[in-house]
Amino acid sequence: MKSFAYVRAGSVEEATDAFAAHPGARYLGGGTNLVDLMKLGVETPAALVDVTRLPLDTVEELPDGSLRAGATVRNSDLAAHPAVRDRYPALSQALLAGASGQLRNAATTGGNLLQRTRCPYFQDVSKPCNKREPGTGCGALQGVHRDHAVLGHSDQCVATHPSDMAVALAALDARVELHGPEGTRSVPAADFHRLPGMHPERDTEIHPGELITGVVLPAATAGLPSAYRKARDRASYAFALASVAVVLHLADGVVARAGIAFGAVAHRPWRARRAEDALVGAAPTTAAFEHAIDLELAAAEPLRDNAYKVPLARRLALDVLGRLAPPATT
Amino acid sequence: MDSQHESAPASRPPESSRSETTLRVNGKPHTLTVDHRRVLLDLLREDLGLAGAKKGCDHGQCGACTVLVDGRRVNSCLLFAVALDGCEVTTVEGLAGDGEELHPVQRAFLDRDAFQCGYCTPGQICSAVGALAEAAAGHPSHVTGPAVPSGEPVALDREEIRERLSGNLCRCGAYPRIADAVEDVIP
Repeated sequence: MKSFAYVRAGSVEEATDAFAAHPGARYLGGGTNLVDLMKLGVETPAALVDVTRLPLDTVEELPDGSLRAGATVRNSDLAAHPAVRDRYPALSQALLAGASGQLRNAATTGGNLLQRTRCPYFQDVSKPCNKREPGTGCGALQGVHRDHAVLGHSDQCVATHPSDMAVALAALDARVELHGPEGTRSVPAADFHRLPGMHPERDTEIHPGELITGVVLPAATAGLPSAYRKARDRASYAFALASVAVVLHLADGVVARAGIAFGAVAHRPWRARRAEDALVGAAPTTAAFEHAIDLELAAAEPLRDNAYKVPLARRLALDVLGRLAPPATT
Repeated sequence: MDSQHESAPASRPPESSRSETTLRVNGKPHTLTVDHRRVLLDLLREDLGLAGAKKGCDHGQCGACTVLVDGRRVNSCLLFAVALDGCEVTTVEGLAGDGEELHPVQRAFLDRDAFQCGYCTPGQICSAVGALAEAAAGHPSHVTGPAVPSGEPVALDREEIRERLSGNLCRCGAYPRIADAVEDVIP
């Protein structure tokens, strides 16, 4: 591992100032992904700006009925928070479906969003990877890609985003709060991560030097029925092969609001807008659910060895939709 | 490079890659000047001679390096020691305290013969201690039912134990007896 300078920031301004003062710096959260990537030689920061002691470690209710989780709240604490469990169950379930107890105790809200793909070509510096080293090619495109994307990929990159949490945030219409040299702004969680296109080296819409300060869960989805389901190779402690987060609000016998996001099928959490549009106003029947999900997944373009993901994602979504709709109506 | 630089180990400004850090490990304070690259696992094993925490994968995938930091179980292979300044670390060597008595989880692992080669055992034991505290504090798991009220202690059945200890791999496959041992110490 290359040596690096270390700066412990006491405030958000100190953190962004230190980042600006150290070319090649990275923010250090729980380190569960960054430290590993440094061991692998994938990340070689000249400096780490430690943000884990910033006063961003609380979950607070805002006057408008939304819920704000600070960027340094640990994944285990966010999953266990009563307001999250009771009002945004999909988020708690997604967090608990990810990693292990030890990793969730260290991993932060901000760091979870900024974790990198687990594509084996990205993690191996001896292999070509346009995300790690633009212009070197994509090893996975014709290589080992069983775990890779079926939606929204490009010939430059077929990696998936590994987060479970981000999938739930996308479905719940959460927003990501950012602070940077140009001030503060917030971005919808569903738009925070990018599709690879010609620039797979850019995972997110974050600007250089910007720091995630928190995520806000809106009042509009608070208390609505929601759930997360994940399929993986073993019963626990594995990344998703496919996953889905669903928020479903029924009123007067029809779907009033639907938020559906797939995980592990694309370079970002895949918000299923076409399926949602097809469902709003429809009666929550099995036929309506099948029609909506099939509309969405018609856009899938599986690679040689991962076509299984399309029916897997379909069945996960239909299962969760069916569970969230009262049995009498399906 | 000139000879003056070659003979001076401090040719690189020391503050650029090393810092002083103070940790309390098993109740005792230690102040060390650490290379920023030093992870907690290596500091424990190589600088403090505490070889209980094991290096299995060194990538946060096996749990053999599990220790408690400020009472919470973590993978010590993924934590830079410099970032833990002021923290309280408990390793398997410190679980029993100063007396002769083993920690109840250690005793249960012995009673149940919950290991074969034993390499993963310190991590399993520290993880179990952390998992019991999490359940008592009302932390749910992936298999906790939605009907279990938020903020209340979570009762641990076999399925809960297996899920909560899934971050600790055992190459020998001693899982049934590990789960037996943890079941024995559920309050």
